Amino acid sequence: MDKNLINELVSLLGKDNVLTSKEDKINYSYDATPDVQRYEPDVIVTPASKEDVIRLVKIAAKHKIPLVTRGAGTNLSGGTIPVDGGIVLSMLNLDRIIEVDSANLTATVEPGLVIQRLNEAAAAYGLIYPPDPGTVTTATMGGSVSECSGGLRGLKYGVTKDYVMGLEIVMPDGEVIHTGGKTVKNVSGYDLTKLFTGSEGTLGIITEIIVKLIPAPKFRRSMLVIFDNLDNAGKTIADIISNKVIPATLEIMDNVTIRTVENYSKIGLPVDAEAVLVIEVDGSIENVVLNEFETVKSICTGNGAVSVKLAESDADRDAIFAARRAALPALAQVKPTTILEDATVPRSRIPEMLKAIKTIGEKYKIRIGTFGHAGDGNLHPTILTDESDKEEMERVHKAIDEIFSTAINLGGTLSGEHGIGMAKSKYMEMQFGKSGMDVMKKIKQALDPDNIMNPGKVFWRG
Amino acid sequence: MTVYDSIDEVRDELLKCMKCGNCMEVCPVYIETKKEGSVARGKIRLIDALLNGDLDYTEGLEERIGLCLTCMACVAKCPCGVKVDKIIFGARAAIVKNRGLHPVKKAIFSVVKRPKLFNLGMIAGSKLQGLAFKKHVSVTGAHPRFPFGLDMRRIIPPLAAKPLRSQLPEVIKVPNPVKKAAFFTGCSMNFLYADAGLALVEVLKKNNVELTVPKEQHCCGMPLLAHGDAETVLQMAKSHVDIFSKLDVEHIITVCGSGGTMFQHHYVDMLKDDPEYAEKARRVADKIIDISDYIVTVIGLDESKLGTLNMTVTYHDPCHLNRGMGVKDSPRIILKKIPGLKFVEMKNADRCCGSAGSFSLTHYDLSMDIHRHKSDAIKATEADAVTTGCGSCIMQLADGMNRFNMNLPVYYTIQILAKSYEAKEMEKKQKS
Ligand SMILES: Cc1cc2nc3c(=O)[nH]c(=O)nc-3n(C[C@H](O)[C@H](O)[C@H](O)COP(=O)(O)OP(=O)(O)OC[C@H]3O[C@@H](n4cnc5c(N)ncnc54)[C@H](O)[C@@H]3O)c2cc1C
Repeated sequence: MDKNLINELVSLLGKDNVLTSKEDKINYSYDATPDVQRYEPDVIVTPASKEDVIRLVKIAAKHKIPLVTRGAGTNLSGGTIPVDGGIVLSMLNLDRIIEVDSANLTATVEPGLVIQRLNEAAAAYGLIYPPDPGTVTTATMGGSVSECSGGLRGLKYGVTKDYVMGLEIVMPDGEVIHTGGKTVKNVSGYDLTKLFTGSEGTLGIITEIIVKLIPAPKFRRSMLVIFDNLDNAGKTIADIISNKVIPATLEIMDNVTIRTVENYSKIGLPVDAEAVLVIEVDGSIENVVLNEFETVKSICTGNGAVSVKLAESDADRDAIFAARRAALPALAQVKPTTILEDATVPRSRIPEMLKAIKTIGEKYKIRIGTFGHAGDGNLHPTILTDESDKEEMERVHKAIDEIFSTAINLGGTLSGEHGIGMAKSKYMEMQFGKSGMDVMKKIKQALDPDNIMNPGKVFWRG
Repeated sequence: MTVYDSIDEVRDELLKCMKCGNCMEVCPVYIETKKEGSVARGKIRLIDALLNGDLDYTEGLEERIGLCLTCMACVAKCPCGVKVDKIIFGARAAIVKNRGLHPVKKAIFSVVKRPKLFNLGMIAGSKLQGLAFKKHVSVTGAHPRFPFGLDMRRIIPPLAAKPLRSQLPEVIKVPNPVKKAAFFTGCSMNFLYADAGLALVEVLKKNNVELTVPKEQHCCGMPLLAHGDAETVLQMAKSHVDIFSKLDVEHIITVCGSGGTMFQHHYVDMLKDDPEYAEKARRVADKIIDISDYIVTVIGLDESKLGTLNMTVTYHDPCHLNRGMGVKDSPRIILKKIPGLKFVEMKNADRCCGSAGSFSLTHYDLSMDIHRHKSDAIKATEADAVTTGCGSCIMQLADGMNRFNMNLPVYYTIQILAKSYEAKEMEKKQKS
């Protein structure tokens, strides 16, 4: 990159906020995504204000330099990897909570704020911000809005897009726009808030976010249910919903995951079980919660559950959730490389999808543990492999191709919550067809004609 | 082959990292800097680049690998079980081999590794310190008056008038010994906090423990390992294994997590391929126990010996005591059992105080930024005193009191227990 340009950046932000060393370039050449190539940026900048961001974007626009916005870099689709080099903007210094507005049940925050900090601030008002990805204590608000992250509570409480009410965005030419606002009802014009939510940094840079908060549920009951037959588990999921109970959490783990978790943390899961469900109902009226709990319990036993463990205390609940939370860490320790996918299907197709993944694993002789958010159809087939084993990786890639096509054939989608980035862009046309992709491309071209915002993402380059 | 022989040995640890970034939640350095290069994930990527030939032994690498407290918070958090501390120590050793040791550190370490000289130096220091340090008013500490390559603003506690070990016989006999233990004093208790050492001896005497305090013992080597001088540490490890394996004792008591962790883990790890020392080091390691665990789990906390202390106390978990040796409950059990004493848990008691031994000297500002979270947490407890189980933390906590305008005394847990014993004696006297 041109020396003058670096000097321009330094005079704008100060020396400490413009990183150009080899070490820094290495440190901003990856994110949490496995099995993707790293690319080094030319420079990393750490702006501290919206004004800094505006000036940076204007410089990048003038010189047509790629801008890759980065939060905590925990995304799983290569979203923050600077494939064309350019400038990485680390947003972590914009991390203020501007306000918690308990009268309107909203909060206004800067994008570099870690999600958990918002939860802590909201808790003081008896409120919660429900989207809780596994990385809630590390990921940023800007990153999770840009990926439209989900979490364990998606079934009942929805995902990030259900909570974003308004955004402030620095557009690719440096102009600032405001979308949405604090009002619950708002139909003026196109819904740009939704367009930017989940846009993976390809349309503009978010500098402020207004989100909805909700009252914290007062009561909750949890259980862990074991099945020796996958169809019974699947039928249980369907029956719970058709009996009009919407659990806050309805998670599933398959046999490979159960075995691995048990081997890793010895918590007494039966290793021959075909499926484990972790279910939690919650709400603010104790009787309703208890009734729902009874309904779920009898559905489970009615569907031939081998055992139903009820949480009698907070410690029991913690133990049940620890089992579910151990899924990824346990799987991750088996082999050097852990590829976590998030193909998603309508929830009624979960048993089919689980069986298909099992068959695919056997066909390509690779180890796949599947767990995930059964209630919302979002599964995490987790491939345990070794990046340095070229031959196995070929089979892995074929298996991944097949997992995606199966999900789409079952009426599902490539990604439930991890985003497309560079890792899944090649499958996009399979899901949307050429005309679907054309519409997206036209939007991108209209807003970012020079393609400086996170180039090489979402759209496949071949 | 150990990671100290060849940095290639960390490759397997590096491979375990799946880059999830969970370490970002807990890394005290990253929380201040918010830069990828200062968190475990980032450092692992740099070392990976080094091994793959994408990066050289640069000054930038040295700087970043230096930015680690080895507090092991990331190790405890890591879903993949990556032993980050081992990677860091290995990398620092490799960096020293390739770039040499920083000159100031070199001068200090050359003294530390020769116990006699170190002892002499420290004794001379205790007499001459009035010249080198100016006393500080609010705490028992002093500012260094002359520069010696370390940060000038650091409060250094006064050296003990007489080092602990020179005040004790090699074997402290008791009439009817129920147990025999050795005592590894560590440098900070020996040279700085001798009073705490005497308190420990009193407590053990009253419990009929025969204590051996080997005269030849020396620095555990942690400060050297932390700065990459693994070669010297290897010599120290062998020497300590020799000294302590000769003794006819059931346990070896330690009073700081770093010393304990060195004996329990690092010596064993460094000597694992040495035919002469591997087994011996393991046997010594098996005997290592922190004083609080010794009291609670070996001799049992005798409540009839406890007198009333009317004070509110909070406890700071030293990193290496908690995550290195797994000692967390015993200090709290002791404090909670003392009549009259109100124990208040501070927020994030297990978060590093920012000292990390000499990190606080080489990175003073950052160390104090990290410490601010600790002093805020202490303030919020409204305690009258802070207790902990590591000399290096005590030094940092005392410095923090000065820095953030607080005035609480800082004690080893064992000192509070000794005070409670004394209170009981007084109660008895008053009655009779
Ligand atoms: C172990 C693990 C578990 C996970 N669990 C879940 C889960 O349960 N549910 C889930 O949905 N995801 C999950 N994720 C994925 C990831 O944590 C989320 O996508 C997270 O919200 C990303 O936040 P971040 O701050 O790390 O964003 P980054 O990774 O830094 O960025 C993500 C994307 O957002 C863009 N971006 C960031 N900030 C801005 C901004 N201010 N303006 C514009 N664009 C921006 C980036 O360019 C990039 O495209 C998990 C990841 C890991 C490693």
